[in-house]
Amino acid sequence: MTDILKPRDEQDVAEAVARALAEEKTLEIVGQGSKRAIGRAAQTDMTLDLSKLSGIEIYEPEELILSARAGTPIAEIEKALAKNEQELAFEPMDCAPLLGGKPGRGTLGGMIAVNLSGPRRIKAGAMRDFALGVRAVSGRGEQFKAGGRVVKNVTGYDLPKFLAGSWGTLAVITQATIKVVPRGEAVETVLVLGLDDTRAVEAMSVAMGSSCEVSGAVHLPVDVARQLSIIPIASAGKSVTALRLEGIPVSIAYRKDKLQKLLAPFGELGKLGPRDSRNFWRAMRDAAPFAGETQNPVWRVSTSPSEAPRVAAAIRASAKAEIFFDWAGGLLWVRMPGKAAEEWAVRSALAGRGHALLMRADPAVRASAQVFEPLEPGMAAISKRLKESFDPKGILNPGRMYAGI
Amino acid sequence: MVAMPALDQDVLARRAEIVAALRGIVPGEGVIDSEVGMRPYESDGLTAYRQLPMVVVLPETTEQVSRVLRYCHEHGVKVVPRGSGTSLSGGALPLGDGVLLGLSKFNRVLEIDYANRVAVVQPGVTNLGVSNAVANEGFYYAPDPSSQIACSIGGNVAENSGGVHCLKYGMTTNNILGVEMVLIDGEIVRIGGKHLDSGGYDLLALVCGSEGPLGVVTEITVRILKKPETARAVLVGFPTSEQAGDCVARIIGAGIIPGGMEMMDRPAIHAAEAFVHAGYPLDVEALLIVELDGPEAEVDHLLDRVSEIAQSCGSTVLRASTSEEERLKFWAGRKAAFPAVGRIAPDYYCMDGTIPRAKLPLVLARMRELSEQYGLQVANVFHAGDGNLHPLILYDANKADELERAEKFGADILRLCVEVGGVLTGEHGVGVEKRDLMPVMFSETDLNQQQRVKCAFDAQGLLNPGKVFPTLHRCAELGRMHVHGGNVPFPDIPRF
Repeated sequence: MTDILKPRDEQDVAEAVARALAEEKTLEIVGQGSKRAIGRAAQTDMTLDLSKLSGIEIYEPEELILSARAGTPIAEIEKALAKNEQELAFEPMDCAPLLGGKPGRGTLGGMIAVNLSGPRRIKAGAMRDFALGVRAVSGRGEQFKAGGRVVKNVTGYDLPKFLAGSWGTLAVITQATIKVVPRGEAVETVLVLGLDDTRAVEAMSVAMGSSCEVSGAVHLPVDVARQLSIIPIASAGKSVTALRLEGIPVSIAYRKDKLQKLLAPFGELGKLGPRDSRNFWRAMRDAAPFAGETQNPVWRVSTSPSEAPRVAAAIRASAKAEIFFDWAGGLLWVRMPGKAAEEWAVRSALAGRGHALLMRADPAVRASAQVFEPLEPGMAAISKRLKESFDPKGILNPGRMYAGI
Repeated sequence: MVAMPALDQDVLARRAEIVAALRGIVPGEGVIDSEVGMRPYESDGLTAYRQLPMVVVLPETTEQVSRVLRYCHEHGVKVVPRGSGTSLSGGALPLGDGVLLGLSKFNRVLEIDYANRVAVVQPGVTNLGVSNAVANEGFYYAPDPSSQIACSIGGNVAENSGGVHCLKYGMTTNNILGVEMVLIDGEIVRIGGKHLDSGGYDLLALVCGSEGPLGVVTEITVRILKKPETARAVLVGFPTSEQAGDCVARIIGAGIIPGGMEMMDRPAIHAAEAFVHAGYPLDVEALLIVELDGPEAEVDHLLDRVSEIAQSCGSTVLRASTSEEERLKFWAGRKAAFPAVGRIAPDYYCMDGTIPRAKLPLVLARMRELSEQYGLQVANVFHAGDGNLHPLILYDANKADELERAEKFGADILRLCVEVGGVLTGEHGVGVEKRDLMPVMFSETDLNQQQRVKCAFDAQGLLNPGKVFPTLHRCAELGRMHVHGGNVPFPDIPRF
């Protein structure tokens, strides 16, 4: 059985890593384990469970910052923010609908480690854009800090942003400071019905290129729209292209009017009120259309919006996948019809113009696929040297992203 | 003054050979080795430091940059990259035994892609040049450092430049999607592209704000945004800086993120008003400029709320711009604050710490004490929304020891910023200027880990050495592991 270490503080973490180093053991780093099923299937000798390293340490709404220990549940952070009408702008996804398990799990450390951002990414930025400071233990067993607790800082290399999206392969984050923002007072959604992928991306481009401050832009082809439990979407019987407006009501009213005028030439318009909007955008954040049937592999593909219809068509042509578009086309969620990852279909369609992450697949499938975007030789060499600079013995989440990293 | 690494006499002895080899790569006037020709490159915006480089090279293509770097790598020659030379921290200060690699000829906008809302530009394009290139379609590039007429986008990437609008729109790192970069061994890599986020490690996060030691950026993909429909600014004067600070906190606490929110203290207000006649009130201790942007209805609504908050905080002056001309006039004073202060003293030394905003009254009070202690005046301009402080220390370089006193005063201010929970630099960079203060904020372990990152890109330490890190370690030494096998104490970590 794998040993599980449950450190109570940063000192414990440093000692656990030092011990692993001394004994030449590898460590899997987990918070609540909500994203454990993502990544290459790798074997580790011990598990470093950070769930006891929990608690908000500083929350200053007027400074727009929050510091917490790495194992603090995201749910606890979001609750504290909501009391002050604030939020995490980048909408961290709840992986439960996609991967199974109880909803509402996930920790601050895990959220930073994966850098997965929701629909508001296109307006507000990615998770990493909100990472201001970290305390961490490197694979050398050394406690270090980087960044700070203020939003504007260029002192030293931006390791907080660099560690975001490193999937625990470089250092064990023990504490982090993030930027938080005021929550939009109100939300509404403008819909355009019946567009094909190409027209939908054009419509979303017009919306994003306007001054309407659209904070979410997704396109659901009819086969995907039908599967949602939100009535106005599921019952449309057509593809649905949705644009989110947030802010103060007087501003939304004006922008909605303007956006409807811009989109009217594209097709039939519809709308979602505040309650349906909230449910709908949460469902998009969590890739809920592809919930259930967890044996069907799901890919998360980032490309430029104007490439998206071509990429989607190419994937469908070779793999009969279901696809929907977030980030105004810049993010494709792809569900495969069978158990196979159909990696070739995805990567050859993308042809290097972006990156694809196998978000969901059985361990056996993940073991035989490249889960993360393969790196060009030059980038692979730098990545390997960076890994070694933090974790020379390769003991932290080894192989989670790439073999040898 | 901060000491730069000792000159490598072996390299200097080979100067003629090195210059000839570089001429073989970059033809014609692209290699400058005469003293008079190199003089314009001897310093950047931190003019207290001057050093002629060994040779200046101005390549025109990525291929040339690659060959120059490969040559320098093979022959152990140091390289300092330079954009427009507007760094305020000495990031582009030449080395006497190094090549100064100027990117000024990389001055083209390569592609504007409105459908994807990005522009692909060369690093020598000015910050404002990017916005100008897309202005016809009503777009702009959001980060707007005050030097935007002159500073290059490549320099902005190196320094992670901000500006008065970064509270709402972010800094450079939040507004770029990709770069083409040449490594010290001449290899050309592409990081990112027109898509969002990274498929592997986020190297863009490292490169942005690295101050030039990781590679030479030769192409940048930036996000462009549609201009807000309207923008209005309001001038708010207060009898005390505490009230102004309180007002800033309450605006943000009310859920309002203004496009810009700037503060000036009395000396800065007076200097700016005398210089540009912006119409600033002269009988206040602190002046806020709050800019709101967006649809007109939203701006008007928020302006009312900001005015209410300001009045409840005890403002004595409150004036909203009623025309675009007036809005620009309000900003003209703030944007000219540095030169304005330059008129009232022979020299000034500009600092750049960031503090948690709530500490502002404390920091200003301590600064007044330090001002008396050092016998030097200080004027303050402040990106109030994000706590980024720019104290301008007035001195006269021609008077014995005044520069030294100004530097010591500045260092004390930065120590104070760190002491109250802030940082040494918010947007100007560490460079040479704040290099030796890094241990105030970071432990040796922290700094060693950062240097190991540098080693992953440039193991010989040839790219922009002597900046950012107070102690240069050899990469081999930093790479060593110190494991005390067997006897590590971890008796009681709960195990299951």
